[in-house]
Amino acid sequence: MSTERMAPVGPVVSIQDLSVTFATDAGRVVAVQDVSLEVRAGEVLAIVGESGSGKTVTARSILGLLPETATTRGAVLLTRKDGSSSHDVVTLGRSDLGDVRGRDAAMVFQEPSTALNPVYKVGWQIVEGLRAHGGYSRAEARAKAVDVLRRVGIPEPEKRIDHYPHQFSGGQKQRIVIAQALVLDPGVIIADEPTTALDVTVQAEILDLLRRCRDEFGTAIVLITHNMGVVADLADRVAVMYQGQLVEQADVRTLFSAPREEYTRQLLGSVPRLGQGLARTQERAAARPAGWASATPVVEARDLRIVYPGRLRKPDFTAVDGVSFAIRPGEVLGLVGESGSGKTTIGRAIAGLTKVTGGSLSVLGTEMNGVKEKRFRPVRERVGFVFQDPASSFNPLLTIAQAVAEPLVVHGRAKDAHEARGRVDELLEAVQLPRSFGDRFPHELSGGQRQRASLARALALGPELLIADEPTSALDVSVQARVLELFDELQRELGFACLFISHDLAVVDLLADRIAVLYRGQLVEEGTGAQVLGAPQHPYTQRLLASLPVPDPDEQAARRATWRQLT
Amino acid sequence: MATTATPTPTPARRRRGLPVVRQLRQAVGLQRGMLVAGLVLTGVFLLTAALADLLAPYGYNQLRDADGPFGAQQSPSGDHWLGTTVGGYDVLSRVIYGTRTALAVIVVAIVLSLFLGVLLGLLSGYFGGWLDRVLVVVCDAVYAFPTLLLAIVMAIVISGGQSSLWGGILAAAISITVIYIPQYFRVIRAETVRIKAEAYVESAKVIGASHWRIMTRHVLRNATRTLPLILTLNASEAILTLAGLGFLGFGIEPTAAAEWGFDLNRALSDVTSGIWWTSIFPGIAIVWVVLGLTLVGESLNDLADPRLRSRRAADAGETGEVTVVPGGPLGAGPAGLAGIEGAS
Repeated sequence: MSTERMAPVGPVVSIQDLSVTFATDAGRVVAVQDVSLEVRAGEVLAIVGESGSGKTVTARSILGLLPETATTRGAVLLTRKDGSSSHDVVTLGRSDLGDVRGRDAAMVFQEPSTALNPVYKVGWQIVEGLRAHGGYSRAEARAKAVDVLRRVGIPEPEKRIDHYPHQFSGGQKQRIVIAQALVLDPGVIIADEPTTALDVTVQAEILDLLRRCRDEFGTAIVLITHNMGVVADLADRVAVMYQGQLVEQADVRTLFSAPREEYTRQLLGSVPRLGQGLARTQERAAARPAGWASATPVVEARDLRIVYPGRLRKPDFTAVDGVSFAIRPGEVLGLVGESGSGKTTIGRAIAGLTKVTGGSLSVLGTEMNGVKEKRFRPVRERVGFVFQDPASSFNPLLTIAQAVAEPLVVHGRAKDAHEARGRVDELLEAVQLPRSFGDRFPHELSGGQRQRASLARALALGPELLIADEPTSALDVSVQARVLELFDELQRELGFACLFISHDLAVVDLLADRIAVLYRGQLVEEGTGAQVLGAPQHPYTQRLLASLPVPDPDEQAARRATWRQLT
Repeated sequence: MATTATPTPTPARRRRGLPVVRQLRQAVGLQRGMLVAGLVLTGVFLLTAALADLLAPYGYNQLRDADGPFGAQQSPSGDHWLGTTVGGYDVLSRVIYGTRTALAVIVVAIVLSLFLGVLLGLLSGYFGGWLDRVLVVVCDAVYAFPTLLLAIVMAIVISGGQSSLWGGILAAAISITVIYIPQYFRVIRAETVRIKAEAYVESAKVIGASHWRIMTRHVLRNATRTLPLILTLNASEAILTLAGLGFLGFGIEPTAAAEWGFDLNRALSDVTSGIWWTSIFPGIAIVWVVLGLTLVGESLNDLADPRLRSRRAADAGETGEVTVVPGGPLGAGPAGLAGIEGAS
């Protein structure tokens, strides 16, 4: 769709034999090794790979944005959009780099809320770039800033240019960051995970905007992402990186339809797709014993309301508003929603970490509304919890074995971590970790391994209910696939009921028997995967589903059309 | 997304070593120089305190030997290397014995303020609520006082301004303690409040661990990272406070112990009459210890922060390599070496 449009001009960025080495406490670490890449004008090049593959380092080297500990070899040739000048960024001095940044290449960061300075008006922050490169009067610069804000889709830019960052939503902030990058009309924009911090529905809008950047401004984009759906949606060409090296480089269609390298095939294979879980769910539903539907639910919420008290005369914030649902024994309920929808709050309320303010929530027969910690403590034995970020959910000073033994010790099943070691080894084996890992410290494990250990800890007491709060969203796709598989296996084997919280519809579809969709604290739709994903009733569910990019360029183009109709 | 590749997980778990030794291994360049200098200065101080009896030619309160009295304000000579004071004491001996007093005050002051400050900070940060509010206000109030004034008040309260050896040491130490408790309190409280929100504390809560278990096993052990740093910096400040107390006349009597601040006070009138040795040497001793401890503290601070820590350059040999043609690659390609050679 884009190949015809591209004019046959020279590359804006040409990376040749780039190697980057970092000096660390553990000696030198090679982050990027002999990478050669080209970005042509008006083209979107996606660099994909797992974390640590060197994709961010490669892209940042285009702007000379590497920390002082980095040693760079090779050449990064950056050509101005009109072809008037060209520099090797690697050899440029500090002041020359300042001249090149912004004008020849600009950057869009992952987290829009931290990329903007909260104490300056957004207009000032856009004009700052113009002023740094000189040649604009105050009025001209302002007019240009208003213009660029309008073009990135900020309504009423004349007025909103004088607003502060906190007065914009997350998606709008990312638009402003993009406007900041576009204002000097650079030849190439480096977008480092530009949509990772955003909700799916907002992500679709930002991707649409980036596509317009390419079409209307003629800007080339280097898109760094781990999301294959985003790649399929936006990219023209894809470069796959693995352990600092370029594995494969191909046209987006070729890459998705006929990946050449084994690694690329694995990467694509581990991306969860909608509809995969259907067969599994039906199989499980068939295997349920009679009378299962009338069994006492493990968790039952009726008109559940959770309100966070407002501070300093601000109104209270209602996180969960009149939600009713039930989880029966051995059932997996998937809870989906965007950030701020209240899904995590519900999970925390079930675990007794957040107070219930209204309605009724019964967990394993204990009413949580107004419960005392003392009365709930015995119930905790029967509830497991898997946290979102495996890196922070382990005490860095305890070994994995000590951490997994902690619930056993606390509930008196073992005197100390040493005595519990036998059971801990069993648990580690159940989550497919070698026994010897018990003696390691959390920082010596990879993200996926830590999440397995986290699962082992949650299952240590043989819980009847497991709450998993976005257990895989901090993991790479390839690792996510393996963890989800393990999760599914363990659930079938041990038969615990589970509340699986996620923002990713495809992940929830893979595991859940039933899916509940939350929107602004309210439950808008609930049903089996086939019902909710196959024939969504509520407009929000429809929009959510249409916003989800699928890892297939052709199908995604069709979905994009549907999405446009819905918005 | 992290920009660095995952560093090769070396089996460095058990090789972390003692706090200061580890940092000494890690340090390079100027930071290493600072740390080594600080450690040497502090080491000399500690050794002198330990071996004072062997090193000092006379006792700290000795006024005469077999040949009769020393005489007051004698200039440095073979008998008295650093001369004698206005009271007739040997300056060198008093400087050497002064290290003992200083060390005792540092140790007592730090142990007391450490235990109380850490305990209060932990309770206050973990439970919050009214206890936290009251303690924070009290500590802020202590902060607002000039430290020396507070120390004087405490010295008077504790010992009525008069002092024997341990009475004087305790008075100085406790008054310093009162000043430093808020510092430990603040640091530990801030760390506790931060750690309380960490996922691993929540996970301990979900497991059903008791408050005490969470506080000791999960919070405290992770909150003590910055303590060695404050410890060394406070130790040097304690010396200054002690010297200040002595200088103002709230120190320890010369018959009870040697104390640099007191000697400085007595040397005040000597300065104008050209008698330099009575003030210079105790002064140097104070500067020596404060400098040593501060250097250790500051370099520990820099080394603890990965952003301030300097490292050996990644590859000293490879940084020099520049492309042949500006903007060209090193080897192959039309702009590289191969290209040029091929063209010529």
